[in-house]
Amino acid sequence: MNPFLPFEWIAAVRFLMEGRAQTALTIFGAAVGVAVVVFMSALLVAVQANIFTRILSAQAHVVISAPKDEARALINTKTFAEIATIQAPAQKLRSIDQWQKIRVVLAAIPDVVVVSPAASGAAFAVRGDASKAITLNGIEPDVYYKIVNLPTMITAGTAALAAGDVLIGNQLAINLGVSLSDKIHIRSATGTDEIYTITGVFDLGNRGANERSVYVPLRAAQSLLGLQGGASSLDINIVDPLAAETMAVRISAETGLQADSWIKTFDQLFTSLKTQSISFGAIQFFVGLAVALGIASVLVVSVVQRSKEIGILRAMGASRGQILRIFLLQGAIVGLLGSIVGSAMGTGFVMLWRIFARNADGTPFFVITLAPSLFVTAAIVATLTGVLASLMPAVSASRLNPVDAIRG
Amino acid sequence: MVDHASSRADDAPVLRLEGVRRSFGIGTDVEIEILHGIDLVIQRGEFCALIGPSGSGKSTLLNIIGLLDRATAGKVFITGEDTDLLGDAELTRLRSRSIGFVFQNALLIPAFTALENVMMPQLVDKGWPDAAMRENASRLLGRVGLEQRKDNLANAMSGGQQQRVAIARALAMNPALVLADEPTGNLDTKSAEAVLKLMREVNLANGTTFLIVTHNMELAEQTDRIIEVVDGMVVSGTTRPTNASRNKLT
Ligand SMILES: Nc1ncnc2c1ncn2[C@@H]1O[C@H](COP(=O)(O)OP(=O)(O)OP(=O)(O)O)[C@@H](O)[C@H]1O
Ligand SMILES: [Mg+2]
Repeated sequence: MNPFLPFEWIAAVRFLMEGRAQTALTIFGAAVGVAVVVFMSALLVAVQANIFTRILSAQAHVVISAPKDEARALINTKTFAEIATIQAPAQKLRSIDQWQKIRVVLAAIPDVVVVSPAASGAAFAVRGDASKAITLNGIEPDVYYKIVNLPTMITAGTAALAAGDVLIGNQLAINLGVSLSDKIHIRSATGTDEIYTITGVFDLGNRGANERSVYVPLRAAQSLLGLQGGASSLDINIVDPLAAETMAVRISAETGLQADSWIKTFDQLFTSLKTQSISFGAIQFFVGLAVALGIASVLVVSVVQRSKEIGILRAMGASRGQILRIFLLQGAIVGLLGSIVGSAMGTGFVMLWRIFARNADGTPFFVITLAPSLFVTAAIVATLTGVLASLMPAVSASRLNPVDAIRG
Repeated sequence: MVDHASSRADDAPVLRLEGVRRSFGIGTDVEIEILHGIDLVIQRGEFCALIGPSGSGKSTLLNIIGLLDRATAGKVFITGEDTDLLGDAELTRLRSRSIGFVFQNALLIPAFTALENVMMPQLVDKGWPDAAMRENASRLLGRVGLEQRKDNLANAMSGGQQQRVAIARALAMNPALVLADEPTGNLDTKSAEAVLKLMREVNLANGTTFLIVTHNMELAEQTDRIIEVVDGMVVSGTTRPTNASRNKLT
């Protein structure tokens, strides 16, 4: 007998060890539940993080646009595939009033990481006979690349954007039949026409964007679009992307301009992610319930099997509380061991996933990480589940009439 | 207060029953009375047998004396203490400190070794195992001649051995009163004799009071006092019930 354990622990452990097969099966049952929950949690976190990362690699957290009536509709929110698509305006573009001043004000807000001005509008890319409608984006590369990491999406050339340079999507390059170092005309709705040298071709990860997006330095776009010194939008990234909506509201209030957060823009996506989280919560609940019922049913049987021993212990002077605790502890131990075995199994599942869930080219779909806090939570929840599950059998054990128990 | 209590406990008989009755509800609204007003006094150091036909209520009486069950009416005093006034927790405590049990089927706990079974009453009382407990249990096992078997699991021993372990266990808290319900019922004559001899030795050496239920008249004859229960009444061996009360019941 371990001198460092109190009576209840000693008895609980002995009883569990005596019913070896029963105990092992119950622990295994709890472990399967924990493994499923651990694996699914990790997967869910990874999927959602992956979606956010993908969206935010091509999307500012908050976008300020010029007054509405004449402004472009900034983003078509229908589908993720059109993130980078910028719609053409029907009318003459207008600049955000005193955008430089606003930029300074915004940059002074502690949570704001970067403010990037852009002059964007509809135009045509022309090469020989071919003419394609494009969305012309005038940017300041240094700041813009902090929001959209274009340099990592370059497939040919570089992202460095000097005067006279243009970056085009790979699909547009195919459509126009051009490649690196070729020259193209860019013609705006106002009739201005300039020649640019292709210094980079990029792949934004979706065909529509690759067909239409064209980047030139801010100044070049200003003159092409007739926005001398102006900016049609300000892209803003902040510290916590999930606080974007609050920030948008605040900026709107402070500047009187229209500010939209990516959260609002991707409203439907957020709703569906929330639905996903809720249904996962329900699955977790029912897995927990199944585990609890498993533990409870085994302990109910065990109380019946051990009623004689319980009677003896009571005759030997064991209190009701002691009997109660012996069975609560059994539940807790099964839950805890189940969570340890289950965490190991869940980790195994994640490793298998890492090995097998890969794209054709061998790169993983996305990165699954296992946060240590997940295991701690699993251990705590599983132990509590075990205790709750054992409550009913433990109470009935403690209420056993010792006379009946010994006679029976 | 403490002095008073302890002096009372010293002077008082180990057991005093006054008009103990016990009824059981069998089915709706039907009650049968098994014990019809038992009066009994047992003094310190007595070595008694409790006999009677099957179904006469011996086990029922023993359970009430052992505070495992409560009387429907009447009073039970253990070492002078009125058990009527005690709650479940206090009864458990009094039981653990003052009463040792030996049951017919040894009823050891199979998940524990002989030594651990003997330690059990003290372990339950203190909450944590310690060296003194182990020593005490070891000594008691030596006394019942099972020192070599102390690490055997309980159900790896013969019936007679288990019963000796049970006696050692009953003595672990050095109780004033040991209650034995047919301790030799499942044993052959030789083992039964040995078990009774052991209890007698303890009785003589420690002054422990014994109340032993038995169907075996030969064994009963070896005790100092035979208490006979017939139909829920004590008919001999004690202050006899008055004729009045007997007439009322027959
Ligand atoms: N919990 C109970 N409910 C109903 N009847 C009971 C209960 N306990 C005992 N009895 C009845 O009380 C009577 C006396 O039983 P008890 O076990 O005390 O007899 P006993 O003298 O010990 O008999 P034996 O020598 O066979 O052990 C029996 O008729 C029994 O059926
Ligand atoms: Mg009996």
